[in-house]
Amino acid sequence: MTTENSTIDFAQFPDAEGHFGPYGGIFAPETLMAALEQLNDEYESVKNDPKFLDELAADLKDYVGRPTPLYYAERWSHELGGAKIYLKREDLNHTGAHKVNNTIGQALLAKRLGKKRIIAETGAGQHGVASATVAARLGLECVVYMGADDVVRQAPNVARMRMLGATVVAVESGSRTLKDALNEAMRDWVTNVDDTFYIIGTVAGPHPYPAMVRDFQAVIGEEARAQCLEKEGKLPDALVACVGGGSNAIGLFHKFLADDSVKIYGVEPAGHGLETGQHAAPLCKGTPGVLHGNRTYLMQDENGQILGTHSISAGLDYPGVGPEHAWLKDIGRVNYVAIDDEEAMQGFRDLTRFEGIIPALESSHAIAYATKLAPTMSKDQVIIVNLSGRGDKDMNTVCQIEGIEF
Amino acid sequence: MSRISQRLESLKSAGKTALVPYITAGDPRPSATVSLMHLLVEKGADMIELGVPFSDPMADGPVIQKAVERALEHNVSMNDVFEMVREFREKDAETPIILMGYLNPVERMGFESFANAASSVGVDAVLTVDMPPQESMGYFDALKAHNLDRIFLISPTTPNSRLRAVNEKGSGFVYYVSLKGVTGSKELDVDDVAKQLQRMQGEVELPFGIGFGIRNGETAAAMSKQGSAVIVGSALVSLIEANHDKDLYEIELAIGEKMNEFRHAIDKADAE
Repeated sequence: MTTENSTIDFAQFPDAEGHFGPYGGIFAPETLMAALEQLNDEYESVKNDPKFLDELAADLKDYVGRPTPLYYAERWSHELGGAKIYLKREDLNHTGAHKVNNTIGQALLAKRLGKKRIIAETGAGQHGVASATVAARLGLECVVYMGADDVVRQAPNVARMRMLGATVVAVESGSRTLKDALNEAMRDWVTNVDDTFYIIGTVAGPHPYPAMVRDFQAVIGEEARAQCLEKEGKLPDALVACVGGGSNAIGLFHKFLADDSVKIYGVEPAGHGLETGQHAAPLCKGTPGVLHGNRTYLMQDENGQILGTHSISAGLDYPGVGPEHAWLKDIGRVNYVAIDDEEAMQGFRDLTRFEGIIPALESSHAIAYATKLAPTMSKDQVIIVNLSGRGDKDMNTVCQIEGIEF
Repeated sequence: MSRISQRLESLKSAGKTALVPYITAGDPRPSATVSLMHLLVEKGADMIELGVPFSDPMADGPVIQKAVERALEHNVSMNDVFEMVREFREKDAETPIILMGYLNPVERMGFESFANAASSVGVDAVLTVDMPPQESMGYFDALKAHNLDRIFLISPTTPNSRLRAVNEKGSGFVYYVSLKGVTGSKELDVDDVAKQLQRMQGEVELPFGIGFGIRNGETAAAMSKQGSAVIVGSALVSLIEANHDKDLYEIELAIGEKMNEFRHAIDKADAE
């Protein structure tokens, strides 16, 4: 079906109830419905409002530091001996990842709705930091839910959140990772719905979150498209981004979906290997189901119980994925592939040594896939890799693996 | 008329309020469930709400989360739950059973297979927490085709438009979530419940069951004056938690005592 993408109007998705084909929707307890409707109404009323968009653009420019550069990784590209690789430098955003693009937008909504308190879930801690940051800036109370295991492996980000005045709650239930943090944040929201705004960090959850977070992240692809046209005089031949929940990937991909000539690769974490079952790659190995308010591909057993996941990167360690990705997989517009922990570590080393850029372990999955893809392409072809975040937060994990004393 | 509607009608004509206890199937171990169900009936349960374990119970508080985790340690599946209901029905053909759970295990089984199996083992109704009336996709039709009542949650924040959708798709009774929060949350406000119910009863013709936050005889009695059924969950499940590693006898002693408290308080309030 890939030849027919130009006939799909991607801007028309999701529908009014949040459906991307059979995926998405609002599968939420009744206790959350009113809050979701209020959020949807507010978002619909501002998303084309020039005043809101101007305010957002000003914040992205002066507070976040956008536009981020599209950087030609020349030495690394030569080393690989194939396509020219450009990095979309989301790692240079304030707070160190793409996550802040979204929290800035949702914080503006929280302010308009008069909410006094912000809650968020976080895996790697990047979304937690980005939420704590906007909360500090607006003088709002902030509570971040984080799986107890992730609190340990992403300690630097936990310290940053606390320094910013947020309360970090270590979630001990279930598998003690991102999915459990999301459950706990939902429970908080149900209980404190009157004064609390829930900033979801990825393109999952009940409608309108997948659409709204995508819209806030789409600035990545919008800039990258213009920057590539300016530098290369043409569109890229391929896009590569890592996919956990999938917000940085959708952010890069969205403005290119209708461009048939652009091949798109979403990279899931294969953990210890797709064949081991210890991974977090629902698009490669999962089946459709319903979790956290939307229908999408999930890692689940034959009884419909959600499986524990494994990835070296906390930010990708999630058994579901945004519903738009599920749909893009089914219609064949995006190729979903997987990179295991070791390959991701090699990607991490490569970018660090060849370009002097230390990538987040999440982004290292995209880097690693580009090292496979680039040599198969010709020197006049162009790949854009989304460098979604910087690796400072991963020093604990990496030093342990590399035997470096921290 | 369904077994649930019949039960609620006959209680109503006798001037009584239904007591509906909740337990999670397989908690603290699969062998305890059927025995606990019979005990609940013996202690005055008019219907039983049986929780189907799901790994990610988003709308439940810590007490029921832990119950689900205990059940899942034994890998309790939907088919295991059906087997428990079938066994219960060998000795009790009367007490209505409501399955409460989340959509994913149902969807995994397939709507038609689920509805068919549930109906054939003697389930009366299904409450699927994260399946609102507007998503449906044939689910509620499948339940209806197998004569299973469709129970929906409504909350203080449910607008009239969705109340009408619930009135249309629902049957048996509606489950009024009496406070904002997850199961087992803080104390509820009796006056607020009365005010909300007045608005809702204008839109929904079905009987009202009231649940979430009913911890003791006192709140149960107050709620019995408002609705047709009082649903108690976390108050019982926390007793299973406290006794989970003890003999079934000890668990039943604790549950029986708490059930007596609820039943007596409701009966007293009904008689006033």
